[in-house]
Amino acid sequence: MATASVYSSPGFDFSNQIRNNFLAEKGLPLPKATSTGTTIVGCLFEGGIILGADTRATEGPIVADKNCEKIHYITESIRCCGAGTAADTEFVTNLISSNMEMHALTHGRKPRVVTAMTMLKQYLFRYQGHVGAALVLGGVDSTGPNLFTIHPHGSTDKLPYVTMGSGSLAAMAVFESGWKTKMSREDALQLVKDAIAAGIFNDLGSGSNIDACIITPNHTEMLRNVEMPNERETKEKSYKFRRGTTEWKSESIRKLIVSEEITPIGGDAMDTS
Amino acid sequence: MPDMVSIGQPQQRQFNPYSENGGTILAIAGANFSVIAGDTRQSEGYNIQTRYAPKVFRLTDKAVLAVNGFAADGSMFVKKVKQRLEWYRHAHAKDMPLRAIARLIQTMLYSRRFFPYYVYNILGGIEEDGSGAVYSFDPVGSYERESCRAAGAAQSLVQPFLDNQIYFKNQRPPPGTSNPTHLPLHEVLSLVIDSFTSATERHIEVGDGLEIFVVLAKGSTTQGLENFANVQEMTQTREGERMFNIRRNLKRD
Amino acid sequence: MDHFPTNWGRPRNDAFDAYGTYPIAQRPYNGLKDAFAEGVQHTQQPIVTGTSVLAIKYKDGVMMAADNLASYGSLARFKDVQRLHPVGTNTVVGAGGDMSDFQYIQSLLDGLMIEEFTEQDGHSLGPAEIHEYLSQVMYGRRSQINPLWNALLVGGFKEGKRFLAYVDLLGTTYSASTLATGYGAYIAQPLLRKAVEGNEDKLTEEEAMQILEANLKVLYYRDARSLNKFQIAKITAAGVSITESKSMDTTWSFAEGIRGYGSQTQ
Repeated sequence: MATASVYSSPGFDFSNQIRNNFLAEKGLPLPKATSTGTTIVGCLFEGGIILGADTRATEGPIVADKNCEKIHYITESIRCCGAGTAADTEFVTNLISSNMEMHALTHGRKPRVVTAMTMLKQYLFRYQGHVGAALVLGGVDSTGPNLFTIHPHGSTDKLPYVTMGSGSLAAMAVFESGWKTKMSREDALQLVKDAIAAGIFNDLGSGSNIDACIITPNHTEMLRNVEMPNERETKEKSYKFRRGTTEWKSESIRKLIVSEEITPIGGDAMDTS
Repeated sequence: MPDMVSIGQPQQRQFNPYSENGGTILAIAGANFSVIAGDTRQSEGYNIQTRYAPKVFRLTDKAVLAVNGFAADGSMFVKKVKQRLEWYRHAHAKDMPLRAIARLIQTMLYSRRFFPYYVYNILGGIEEDGSGAVYSFDPVGSYERESCRAAGAAQSLVQPFLDNQIYFKNQRPPPGTSNPTHLPLHEVLSLVIDSFTSATERHIEVGDGLEIFVVLAKGSTTQGLENFANVQEMTQTREGERMFNIRRNLKRD
Repeated sequence: MDHFPTNWGRPRNDAFDAYGTYPIAQRPYNGLKDAFAEGVQHTQQPIVTGTSVLAIKYKDGVMMAADNLASYGSLARFKDVQRLHPVGTNTVVGAGGDMSDFQYIQSLLDGLMIEEFTEQDGHSLGPAEIHEYLSQVMYGRRSQINPLWNALLVGGFKEGKRFLAYVDLLGTTYSASTLATGYGAYIAQPLLRKAVEGNEDKLTEEEAMQILEANLKVLYYRDARSLNKFQIAKITAAGVSITESKSMDTTWSFAEGIRGYGSQTQ
């Protein structure tokens, strides 16, 4: 077997980090990613799981998206809320969704929530926190309802009610004061909505609408924008510009329709033998 | 050699005497009026401290000051300006003219050049010649008279909008006409309200409430002010300059 | 003028220090001092700390709550500390942050009230004046880069008016119908706002008490520097009253059902 011509030490390779630090020092910082400064929650109830999320995505103090979707599809009866770097939550859930489908096809049965959880934590651990996804994973499988949180470094928690994101404290306060064992579907949905609303109105990183997802053994109901408490009122003025408002220096009009003359040669049909 | 000694000293986490409390302020001058506005949210980080903390203050019957930045410096600065204006009143038996208040604010800000008040000031009101005026300042006292200015968290969102709608930047007038130099009051109020509702949509630190002050020059009509909701007159007589206050709700998320 | 010839620099004069026995680093320095060097010395950090204080307005006045813990880092060091301090007959000051700085503030306020009493001019300091005084003290100290490391709530009731305001180590002030310091600002404030906003004139004493106790319980569940022993102060037309220390019951039975952090079932 050929040996590498360059010595490489065993274990992790930090050369890229050294390079990145050097570049940052030279005035080329890494691009800042859109983060979903967020409130996401999950809650167990009699018969299933309810996930909840707000719909604001931010870039620093600027609202990047007023109505984004933070409850991602993993499988039909497993869903995942994402907080942190928007691209990371999107890609990591997509990847694991694909792998879960492959897993289901390979084994010919419905995959479990712990399987998705294990795939996610092993993936995130491998990237040592550099994949900035903070997740709430919930679903129902052959073992019953399951609810997990997964932190960017790969640690997990299994609890009856969980919150994540910048609004997690506000949402957790609502759960701590209102959650009971064996709640009904209606009560649990109301509690999830209240928890997200607490984030929306008290945490600047969260805002706009409430999404919820109710997962039971044989049905998953995605409630997109169940509540819309922050609709914009009509503007005082119309800002339509008069035609010809914009200055121009030269004018050239080009014909964009290409006309082509086709002369058919011979009358035979195409040879398809 | 102080440098040589200080290198080896243990490092301590330095106390940071400043903070930033979000929010946005805005002022527009008309021909014979001035509009000064600010949102009422005070925040730190992702936390809303209060939904109602005024950032716009009445100084005299014809001068209004809007303050934005570090809230503690802001309230202290307004207090000191008000104190200086009261001394002026006692010494001269009249209110300080607007352009003199502007110069006073400059010297007060510059006197703290090396430990600045971390605040952006916008002074609005009526000049002695009866024209509407807006003065804007940086934290260490550089100032300028303008006809409109936005400052604070959403300055970068609002100022380009005002440049377009007030100064008619990038707008060619209809053939044979020219863009107006001053807009009427109702138009200005609509622009102010739309500026703040839009800033609320796209900036997380702007919201909760909007407080608008309107100062009318001596002898001018109310110019359609009565068509706006929640207008309250703050001056007692109709003789001199008149001042009005308008409050509106903004989104709370 | 520097009168130490050895400080004058090279070339060395053999008449004064022929063998260079006086190392450069140890020679006395008599020049100008760095004006900012002194500022650094004042810098401090909180040592023995209290956590959240909560306060709300209700029908009859203002109610304020704080637990009895003073922590030393992560050590629960003192478990019977009173963090609600009555000032005069109309005001209570509640403090989070450094407890020694808070005790200094208490002595300032006691001194102030004695001075005010000796005037015998028929005036007394109400909550608004106490808050103004404290914000000047706090802002003054932050401006000397020597802060009093506290977040204070001032609650009171005087001449038929409720008063509730906040001031902290930066001198930042604000007022609202519900206020909370420390972790309370993140955990309790959302619940307080939902319960109180719009109901300030309807909430009874019992309801206000119940709201604060519910919030202290949530804080005890989630704030690792809190305690289930607390006091509640109420300030009404009848004056100030602060309860004896109370404790709350908490339930941890849900823990029975939790197994591991993944696929574990036993």
